Amino acid sequence: MTDPPTSDQPAVAGESLHRRLTRALFARPGPAQLGVAALCGLLAFALVTQVRTTAGSGTLASARPDDLVSILADLSGRADRLRSQVADLQRSAALLRNGSTRDSAALAQARARAQTLGILTGTLAARGPGVVLTIEDPRLQIHSDVVLNAIEELRDAGAEAMQIAGTGGAVRVITSTSVGDLGSRVTVDGVALTAPLRLVAIGDPRTLATALGIPGGVVDTVDAAAGAHAIVTTSPSVTVAALRALAKPRYASPAPAPTP
Amino acid sequence: MIVLLAVAVGVSLGLVLQPTVPLDLQPYLPIAVVAALDALFGGVRAWLEAIFDDRVFVVSFVANVLVASLIVYVGDKLGVGGQLSTSIVVVLGIRIFSNAAAIRRRVFRA
Repeated sequence: MTDPPTSDQPAVAGESLHRRLTRALFARPGPAQLGVAALCGLLAFALVTQVRTTAGSGTLASARPDDLVSILADLSGRADRLRSQVADLQRSAALLRNGSTRDSAALAQARARAQTLGILTGTLAARGPGVVLTIEDPRLQIHSDVVLNAIEELRDAGAEAMQIAGTGGAVRVITSTSVGDLGSRVTVDGVALTAPLRLVAIGDPRTLATALGIPGGVVDTVDAAAGAHAIVTTSPSVTVAALRALAKPRYASPAPAPTP
Repeated sequence: MIVLLAVAVGVSLGLVLQPTVPLDLQPYLPIAVVAALDALFGGVRAWLEAIFDDRVFVVSFVANVLVASLIVYVGDKLGVGGQLSTSIVVVLGIRIFSNAAAIRRRVFRA
């Protein structure tokens, strides 16, 4: 196998490493060196292949079945945990969503009630179709009975919000409103009003106007007084802007609702 | 010279062909590579000590690879393939280290 002129000779002791290397590099290859070269080439090929395989396929492809089984068990356990977490969170999300819609519905209902009550008790300004009754009375012939009569007629006709205004101010007319006389002037809830009086009522305009204009009614009474004159104007939109503070009842308190 | 050429050819073949390792061979290839590396280091050491012999190198190379693969194969059959491959890598690693130490001593005289 060893071919004396071409293959590596057992070197003479003391021959320098450098010279041996040069000789080995530039020696003409013999058949024995071909085998060595083939094996080295094979090794290089296998090395590159293995490195590529390891780098390309990640860690799982080269893992052993036992390891794979334990990894799989780990992963499925974690997936189960995460799934149950997802279910929990979805349940609480649904709960919160239900609660918020219920809360917002209750809030909207309460707000609507508050608005209705505010219009009824005079704490909110109101706007809608209605009539304006203007009473011209330069000689101060109109007294509380006429004003009270007008208010009662408008209430009967279904007026939902009213205010009465004069030169002394504007007063919201509500359930507890009182009308009186102070000298020759009319007082409404203690506020003295001087003619011309302007009574604004929100309701069905035709019904309100008819109620005021019946023979022997408010308009006739005012017109019969010396120098006084009443004008009824219907309008698709009048505004009752006078407000009053909410009086907290001193004696009455809510009774528990009767249980059926 | 021809050895370096062969190594270059092997590397470029591996890079160009991008072969996929057959599934049956996958556990054996890394072990075979380590065994071959051991033989290679042994060969270098022998050359440096001026006792290199082509035949010995070829035989030890092939035998190393075959024995290592056989051990892993038997270990797989016995169900201890993982541990046996680890032990082979450890043993060959120790041999590679000692060979490398000998080469170092010869080259750098230290």
